[in-house]
Amino acid sequence: MRIGVLALQGAFHLHKSHIEAAGAEYVEVVNTSYFEKIDGLILPGGESATILKLIEIVGIEESLSDFLKTKPVWGICAGAILMAKKVQNPEQKCYGILDIEIERNSYGRQLESTEQMLDNYLVSYIRAPKIISTGNNVKVLAQRNGFPSWVEERNLMATTFHPEINHNMPSPWHKKFVKMCGQRKALLTALEQHVLIGAYDSTKTTGPTVRSSGCD
Amino acid sequence: MTSNHINLKTGLAEMLKKGVIMDVVTPEQARIAEDAGAIAVMALERVPSDIRKDGGVARMTNPELIMQIMEQVNIPVMAKCRIGHFAEAQILEAIGVDYIDESEVLTPADESFHINKQNFKIPFVCGATNLGEALRRIGEGAALIRTKGEPGTGNIVEAVRHLRQINQEIKRIVSLDEAELMTEAKNLGAPFELVCLVKKLGKLPVPSFAAGGISTPADAALVMQLGAESVFVGSGIFKSENPVAFARAIVKAVVQFNDPQALLEASKKLPAAMPGLEVRTLPQEQRMSERGW
Repeated sequence: MRIGVLALQGAFHLHKSHIEAAGAEYVEVVNTSYFEKIDGLILPGGESATILKLIEIVGIEESLSDFLKTKPVWGICAGAILMAKKVQNPEQKCYGILDIEIERNSYGRQLESTEQMLDNYLVSYIRAPKIISTGNNVKVLAQRNGFPSWVEERNLMATTFHPEINHNMPSPWHKKFVKMCGQRKALLTALEQHVLIGAYDSTKTTGPTVRSSGCD
Repeated sequence: MTSNHINLKTGLAEMLKKGVIMDVVTPEQARIAEDAGAIAVMALERVPSDIRKDGGVARMTNPELIMQIMEQVNIPVMAKCRIGHFAEAQILEAIGVDYIDESEVLTPADESFHINKQNFKIPFVCGATNLGEALRRIGEGAALIRTKGEPGTGNIVEAVRHLRQINQEIKRIVSLDEAELMTEAKNLGAPFELVCLVKKLGKLPVPSFAAGGISTPADAALVMQLGAESVFVGSGIFKSENPVAFARAIVKAVVQFNDPQALLEASKKLPAAMPGLEVRTLPQEQRMSERGW
């Protein structure tokens, strides 16, 4: 299993040991050639507006957008902002794959950065965004001050906190994401074989349906 | 930092990795920096080359200017205080800036001691020219280390010297026997526990950025390839002939620092960089990199 981490800017390298401890391979994604090699992608913390510009500068906009529509993705902090349907403070471009509305730097500046124990694991909110609304199909798995801080929809996951800052490896979220990618990969492999033996009914199994069955 | 969890101060520095932090002196410049892809701005009254030119005492920036810059951009805002001037740092914390740079660019307020940075909730970045200095600052509570370079000269030679020096000293510690670490700590003038931590990690226990004299995309790529994890650009952008072009080009050079073709693209069609200064001709009292204890 290969887990890519978008390595244009921010806290990408901290994921290496977590991913390896969860039994997968860590791949730094810096250009288009990496997307076909990976089974899932982490959009790491950093500055979301900067990362958006860098995606354009490096020229991976299209291939990233294609990847996000089909494979498991976990966005952390800035990464969650990139996945959202709508971004506020200020409004900015986003990929709209996850049905959430999110507000940048919503808890305040660095002085308001804070830590939280979640399932016995210490996580950090650093100039964190706030998920201010979620769609009907989005599962809310953790909250901070009454606002969602960990959500899932199909094979997409977003956290507004950083588990990668903790050196106890792997974090529960890395474990979960690697598992999610494994299930998705197994499903795709099974479907492929199905197609090869000619039992595949394309009228019943369209793209989005495949995607929605990607995780539990 | 020595625990099993990176604290919030160093955590923010982790978020700033592989980025460009730009010196700005007006809200408009801050806007230009953010639009070009800066990950943070340093709010100043004057860039280092002007501080050098003007002479006299350089102090903390006017709080109103810092606040105007904070209102103008969504990225983190840093500000400088003088070495040892903990009251300036208290004011910066009260303003709520995201990072404080206890900086040799300003005139030192204390010729023996730095600020006890453990007392603050706001994270600090400090300059270092060698490993002993870096570990003393970390011991005082700095959450991020940068090279000093020679600010305001447009000359990369000092930043390269400091990066290579720190890298060599780290390699040396890694090669030492456990029994040799105490004497090494004594010789470096560094806290023993941090020397042990460097041996264990094989790198500094906090992120390490480059600063001082970076003025072209090639300069930025050079320090990144030498192991810097981000770059501070001071006079290099707003003292060049086309700040927007230089800001964008340096951002591109940092994100693709390992790709010569991309570096070529970043370097093409740029007007003149900021004027440079030969460091060796600077009189002793004008060498900012020698400030700090």
